[in-house]
Amino acid sequence: MAEADITSQLLQYSANGLAKGSTYALMAVGYTLVYGVLQLINFAHAEVYMLGSHFAYYQARWAGYLPEDSAGKPESVPIGLALGFVAVAMIACSLVGMLIERIAYRPLRNAGRLAPLITAIGVSLLLQYGGQAVFGTEPKLFPTFMETEVYELGPIKFPNTNVLIVLTTVVLMTALTLFVTKTRPGAAMRACSHDMKTARLMGINVNATISLTFGIGSAMAAVAGVLVAMDQPAITPLMGVQIGLKAFVAAVVGGIGSIPGAALGGLILGVSESVVGGLWETSYAEAVAFVFLIVVLLFKPSGLLGKATREKV
Amino acid sequence: MARTIAIFLAALAGCYGLNWFLAEFIEVVYVDYLNLIGIAIILAVSLNVVNGLTGQFSLGHAGFMAVGAFVASPISIWLTYGEFESGPLAHASLLHFGLALLACGVGAALVGVVVGAPALRLKGDYLAIATLGFGEITRIMLQSQDILGGPTGLKRIPKMPQLPGTAGWDGGTSTFWIFLVVAVLVILTVRLQRSTFGRALIAIRENELAAETMGIRSSRMKVMAFVYGAFFAGIAGALFAHYQHSVRPDDFTAVRSIGVVVMLVLGGLGSVTGAITGAVFVTLLPIMLRPVEESLASSGTPITGLSMIVYALLLIAFMIFRPQGIFGQRELSLKLLRSWVPSAVRGKGGKP
Amino acid sequence: MTCLLKTAQLTIRFGGLCAVDCCDLEIREGELFGLIGPNGAGKTTVFNMLTGVYEPSEGTVTFNGATVNGMSPPQVAALGISRTFQNIRLFDELSVLENAMTGAHRHARINLFDSLLRTKRHHREEAAQRDQAYELLRFVGLEERAGLPAKSLPYGHRRKLEIARALATKPKLICLDEPAAGMNTGEKAELSGLIRRIRDELKVTVLLIEHDMKLVMGICERIQVLDYGKTIACGTPAEIQNNPKVIEAYLGAG
Repeated sequence: MAEADITSQLLQYSANGLAKGSTYALMAVGYTLVYGVLQLINFAHAEVYMLGSHFAYYQARWAGYLPEDSAGKPESVPIGLALGFVAVAMIACSLVGMLIERIAYRPLRNAGRLAPLITAIGVSLLLQYGGQAVFGTEPKLFPTFMETEVYELGPIKFPNTNVLIVLTTVVLMTALTLFVTKTRPGAAMRACSHDMKTARLMGINVNATISLTFGIGSAMAAVAGVLVAMDQPAITPLMGVQIGLKAFVAAVVGGIGSIPGAALGGLILGVSESVVGGLWETSYAEAVAFVFLIVVLLFKPSGLLGKATREKV
Repeated sequence: MARTIAIFLAALAGCYGLNWFLAEFIEVVYVDYLNLIGIAIILAVSLNVVNGLTGQFSLGHAGFMAVGAFVASPISIWLTYGEFESGPLAHASLLHFGLALLACGVGAALVGVVVGAPALRLKGDYLAIATLGFGEITRIMLQSQDILGGPTGLKRIPKMPQLPGTAGWDGGTSTFWIFLVVAVLVILTVRLQRSTFGRALIAIRENELAAETMGIRSSRMKVMAFVYGAFFAGIAGALFAHYQHSVRPDDFTAVRSIGVVVMLVLGGLGSVTGAITGAVFVTLLPIMLRPVEESLASSGTPITGLSMIVYALLLIAFMIFRPQGIFGQRELSLKLLRSWVPSAVRGKGGKP
Repeated sequence: MTCLLKTAQLTIRFGGLCAVDCCDLEIREGELFGLIGPNGAGKTTVFNMLTGVYEPSEGTVTFNGATVNGMSPPQVAALGISRTFQNIRLFDELSVLENAMTGAHRHARINLFDSLLRTKRHHREEAAQRDQAYELLRFVGLEERAGLPAKSLPYGHRRKLEIARALATKPKLICLDEPAAGMNTGEKAELSGLIRRIRDELKVTVLLIEHDMKLVMGICERIQVLDYGKTIACGTPAEIQNNPKVIEAYLGAG
């Protein structure tokens, strides 16, 4: 009996972890794409995610679905309108992402690796504290985009938000993979990530391609921001810090530069965090991602699905 | 060797004099800033040996700091009070404080060996993210150690030891101890740089393969650099804890590690004077912007976190306009200062 | 003459490509030995296997009686093999003198605390390294540039500095990887003099990879020719010059 109990608990936590891992994966894609092209850890990506949820929040508020004072209960938003909010948030975040690249990274493209890393940290701080100044430091209740329902499959419960998160991620990741492998702009992205100089010589517009990379990654982060906000209904300007770090770890564990790697890394981290947190101790769950990171890097320094490179002597 | 002893005595006297001067003439608030700057300098100069000199990108300095703080504090508390109950603060004795510092330096250095080992396999950003992971694991593990106070950490950490004649000093002796460590660290680091070991470290940074072919055992040297950096980061953690009289695991987040790297890059990676300048700048800037923030708040248009916003903007602007940092890899010297003076000004004295 | 370096059936594969195939080398003590071959023949790959940068897939390297296979570059350096690189690898931010001093690091018999506390042993070590470095800079003709940063040196001088740095490890065998590449005729003449002096005055055995036939034929006592990873000839310069296989490899099959 106890054994069956453990098994069903394990399954339940894994199922929960799938949703968490999906949001990591959506975020990790943004890190992995940018790193693939520029070898830059885009610290500001986590704040784009934060902005995504805030953009959706303010649209709902201006449309009258949220009470002005924080004590009132938010009304539920019709699904069509909610999708519209998400689309606008995605576009806005893409623009923010591209703007960040244009202002903070492009002037430093030939200045070595460290300077853009520091501006990335600067942009990240700017958006965190700027966000606090503009949005306020109080956590905000996110509007209901969907009435909660719980599906049951044997002993395992699936809240509909989790199902939505996983499905959205699968759809977006598939679309992105197709985009990168089957379209001309996708091929340009791959070319830039392989060798930017040669790509330029081959007539690829490198600047436009990099902008596109930032745009796509940021749109994905916006979706992740909205999905997570729906699941845990309060949002704050600092909400990106922890998940951003974890998502970058997911990208490295999966093999940086690889889209399937980002998905795999995200899911592994999400599921293992959920299982460790549920079955062992909550505080240890926070450390799982980093333990994974170190173990994977020690045995496969290029990540699970990454390619090893060799220095020419 | 005799010169070393003379320099050390001079540092002792200088730090005592500095602390006396501050206690006599300067307001405690400003002394507080200075002490924070001192701790930042220890962090920056020690990390510079790993990141700047050896070229190994470590983002785990806060982790070593945490190890140092959480090794030294319980030792110091136990030796001073004999218990972990709450009560009034006391000064640690010279012996107890010395033991605690030694233990925490050694503890952090041992952890440095453990963390330096993966450095042998990882390069660049991968090493950075792995060391960042180490720092986070350390912090999270500390949070779940009930014996070390869990997430709320340790309180009632003794004050730093009294010295002859310091009994009446308001601000205590923290400045003396912090800047004594700063002096020792700076002297040792400059000496390290200008020795066969320093050249070997730079050789590894410049071209690891060539260094290895010249017979430099890069794995051993990298671990040495990590241990050196970790030892002093540990001491910085212990000083920080004793200075604040309390310490929490969350004092040592990844944000702090990143902050130390920012200091290095701002000042110019690889230069001791650059690291010091960066530490001063990064610590002082938010402090100096605070009055602006307060006056805005009192005039009715409060902007939350204004100082941090301005800090972030300056960071971005600075990197865009001077990506190599203030000093580049050079040290501050008269020659460098002269090269900064516009030639028009320089030309005035003599030649037409 | 005793044999200093010997490789037997030395082979390395990268994926499916056999870059070096069963290479047998035998270099005697005090010799000036040339390794030549068209581009991509596998010469630098042989160097990389001799110096511990690559591990051979098959075959053995023995140096002075010790097996080199599986050793790391520092261990190989400790045996007494040093080298230069085809794509020059200097420590750009160090000065010319400091570059030459790094070669002596492996002989330093002091520990970190000697340097941190500035003991007598530290000062003695520094002086010894500096004297040796100056001597070698004089040997290659760079002593007047000792204080300059290495990155400021012109191309030909960079090659010479690499040689001085390699000599500072006090090797028994020095492997020079295309030292004359990019040099003009005058510089090349000076270089061949330098290479000869390395052997004659410093008594260091020289293994030379070079494309410039005139230089190789002029100074090497024995030459081995590689093509597509295989040895196609070995002998004195005169023998090599008249070997039909070598002529074919260089000029292409008719």
